[in-house]
Amino acid sequence: MTLLHWAVLLPFIAAILIPFLYKYLKRIHTGWFVLILPLVLFVYFLSFIPKTSSGEVILNNLNWVPSLGINFNVYLDGLSLLFALLITGIGSLVVLYSIYYLSKHKEKLNNFYVYLLMFMGAMLGVVLSDNLIVIYVFWELTSIASSLLISYWYTREKSVYGAQKSMYITVFGGLSMLGGFSLLYVIAGTFSIRELIANADLVMASSLFIPAMILVLLGAFTKSAQFPFHIWLPDAMEAPTPVSAYLHSATMVKAGIYLVARLTGVFGGAPEWFWIITIAGLVTLTWGSISAVRQKDLKGILAFSTVSQLGLIMSLLGAGSAAFYFQDGDNALYMTAILAAVFHLINHATFKGSLFMAAGIIDHETGTRDIRKLGGLMTVLPVTATISLIGLASMAGLPPFNGFLSKELFFTGMLNVTEYGIFNLETFGFIIPVIAWIASVFTFLYCILMFSKTFMGKFDISKLKVKHVHEAPIGMLISPVILAALVVVFGLFPNLLAYSLIEPAMAAIIPGILSPGEFFDVHISHWHGFSPELWMTFGVVALGILLFMTFKKWENTAFYRGEQDLFNYAYDSGYEGLIKGSQWITRLQMTGRLRDYFIYMNTFIILIMAYTMYRYSLPAIQSLDLSPIPIYFWLVILVFIGSIVVIPFINNRVALIIATGVSGFIVALLFVLFRAPDLALTQLLIESVSVILFMLVFYHLPKLKKVKTPPKMKAVKLIISIGFGLMITLGSLSVFSMGQEVNFDSISEYYTENSKEEAGGYNIVNVILVDFRGLDTMLEILVVSMAVLTVVSLIRLRFKGSEDI
Amino acid sequence: MELLMSIVIGIIFSVTIYLFMSKNLLRVVAATLLLSHGVHLLLLTMSGLQRGAAPILSFDADAYTDPLPQALVLTAIVISFGVTAILLVMSYRTYKVHKTDDLEELRGSADE
Repeated sequence: MTLLHWAVLLPFIAAILIPFLYKYLKRIHTGWFVLILPLVLFVYFLSFIPKTSSGEVILNNLNWVPSLGINFNVYLDGLSLLFALLITGIGSLVVLYSIYYLSKHKEKLNNFYVYLLMFMGAMLGVVLSDNLIVIYVFWELTSIASSLLISYWYTREKSVYGAQKSMYITVFGGLSMLGGFSLLYVIAGTFSIRELIANADLVMASSLFIPAMILVLLGAFTKSAQFPFHIWLPDAMEAPTPVSAYLHSATMVKAGIYLVARLTGVFGGAPEWFWIITIAGLVTLTWGSISAVRQKDLKGILAFSTVSQLGLIMSLLGAGSAAFYFQDGDNALYMTAILAAVFHLINHATFKGSLFMAAGIIDHETGTRDIRKLGGLMTVLPVTATISLIGLASMAGLPPFNGFLSKELFFTGMLNVTEYGIFNLETFGFIIPVIAWIASVFTFLYCILMFSKTFMGKFDISKLKVKHVHEAPIGMLISPVILAALVVVFGLFPNLLAYSLIEPAMAAIIPGILSPGEFFDVHISHWHGFSPELWMTFGVVALGILLFMTFKKWENTAFYRGEQDLFNYAYDSGYEGLIKGSQWITRLQMTGRLRDYFIYMNTFIILIMAYTMYRYSLPAIQSLDLSPIPIYFWLVILVFIGSIVVIPFINNRVALIIATGVSGFIVALLFVLFRAPDLALTQLLIESVSVILFMLVFYHLPKLKKVKTPPKMKAVKLIISIGFGLMITLGSLSVFSMGQEVNFDSISEYYTENSKEEAGGYNIVNVILVDFRGLDTMLEILVVSMAVLTVVSLIRLRFKGSEDI
Repeated sequence: MELLMSIVIGIIFSVTIYLFMSKNLLRVVAATLLLSHGVHLLLLTMSGLQRGAAPILSFDADAYTDPLPQALVLTAIVISFGVTAILLVMSYRTYKVHKTDDLEELRGSADE
């Protein structure tokens, strides 16, 4: 255990303490205690920057299940550090914000902070582990924590719906990812990511490459809300706003991005990886930005915009993965894509975090997030308006904010794709920058719509539920102001990040491309001359403003009025169909008829036994050393068979009992013939008692009716019963012949030899029962006594008449 | 003899399963009784029949029948009697309460 291990485990330990703090220190908001942890961790992770920026990696091993190759090895390089800083940094700000957002009098703070800390620990576990199985465990923990946080207000129907939806989709992805990881283990024999990257050639050559890749990508795409799995994210907005800002924009949804970035070293270079990720990213980007325009809920807009921005980062990672195809070649082409991905990841966390917090403030102060009711808040909430303006301008890609820089880099990355000259890109490649450009127009449009609808226009308090609207308390403003300040700082001085965070992360995403000691050339600047990217930005702004000006024209179209995502219908009907389908199947098999259950069970038993016998050629019974059959035995058997076969045809109660009685007494006779005197005695006794009991009871039962069974049913019954009997016969014979063939020493010898010496008895069966296995017999007596008590109480019990047995 | 007994046991099981699928409670109880006969004989048959004297130590016998299956069957006889007794009384009570011994009419629960 090293400090890094403790960094992952500390949030979990803290989560255990929270309920006590909440219970015994009610006067202080629990958030203040929680705040210490992410702050300390953030400072701790900052101390690693000098190490990672010089290209160093830290690996601390801790064996967990070494025999299965599962070890809790923490691994810290540029990429992990970047994520760790995001998790703890944004985490601190979100906790601070939540202290003012969630009232200590009304809310169940203990639940909230336990889930939040659990999430923080799990997320750190995901980004710091080197072992795929450990990543999977933490991955699922983030899903669970996320669901719990979405359903934090668990009395609201929509919260529960959103929580379930996110759980189903992300856990489905998680399970496929586990399948993918297992396939990787099958291929390379290791769960360690470093070793997998070292054996990337082996993985690439395997026939399991494509299945493994698709399964892993399912995990990443569901988590990062990529099309068409994005539908859970908008519903996750039912969570308290601090949660939305933290999990559903800055950290958890980026776990999929992290996984793709991390495994680029394993899968990158394959055309399938390039195409799937780039296309999924671009489709998500476009779909998300167009859907965001349709939303009327502030958090809805932000949710779809998050979907769209995640798609943007994903497509950049796809484009950048071509690096492995070129190996060394001209690295400037793909490098821009990776650079843009990392840079935008940071930028998105800053501006989207601040926007979510601003939306939370608006919700908190006005009581609504509906943009149709809001308006003119600029003068009422000046600070929030400023924060939003900065965030939205950055998201729309306007200078001088950081969003502008990463948007320009994004365009460059997408334009470069057309020059790769591989994967048939020279023919269809031009589509990629075109799609990117169209999506950016819509991004610009929803940003401008969101700002104008919320802050411009006329302020109309009559539409709101509250009487007075005033600026949020200072504590609530600290976090968004810090984030908005970062947006400006990173925009003006992007090179602050260049070699401290971005370059080490890039080196971690595409490892092995640079020789040791070399660094990627990272230089981000505002002005590149009148390049195509700049013209594209001009185009985005012009078309975006044009669409905004003509808003009145398309305000009433079906496109704008509806806001449901098409894929929600698919999810809802699929979900309902699943429930209906399982109910249908259950009703089909759970009929409540003994007969049906017997038919199902016996059919399967017969099939399984028949298959086993066929598979292992058991009916080929070879050496049957049979005992001779004396003549009188035939007679006994004939009567026996007769008494049994006649039973199903009897329609008279007394006759039925007599026939069963006869068969029982013949069994006693058979025991005599089989040299089992004790059995014969017992059987005689028991059979007599049974017959008496039957006789006593039958008097109280109705007469047997002659039952008419339809011929079809009769045939089914006959086939099943005869088939079952046949299997028993064959089974009995094969066991008998196998016993003779194998010729093991029977354990019975022990009893024969020792019953005199050890127990002093001559009757071996008796000795076994009362001496060798005495305890068993004692418990058997207990069982019989219980049976007797049951019988007595059932007979003596007086019923009132309406009870159900 | 083992071959013959295996066939007989097969017949017992067939009849048992057939009875289990009938609608009448008394027949089902009779089936459990038959089933236990079948199982007891099966246990004995599988270890071989009539091979040596009864398992009671004496001077003139040099081989004994396997005592272990007999001990098992002895236990089983007693337990299966307990089961049959309870089933019988249960069917008696069921008829008292519901006024029917038809399994078809007895199916379902009160809240259905």
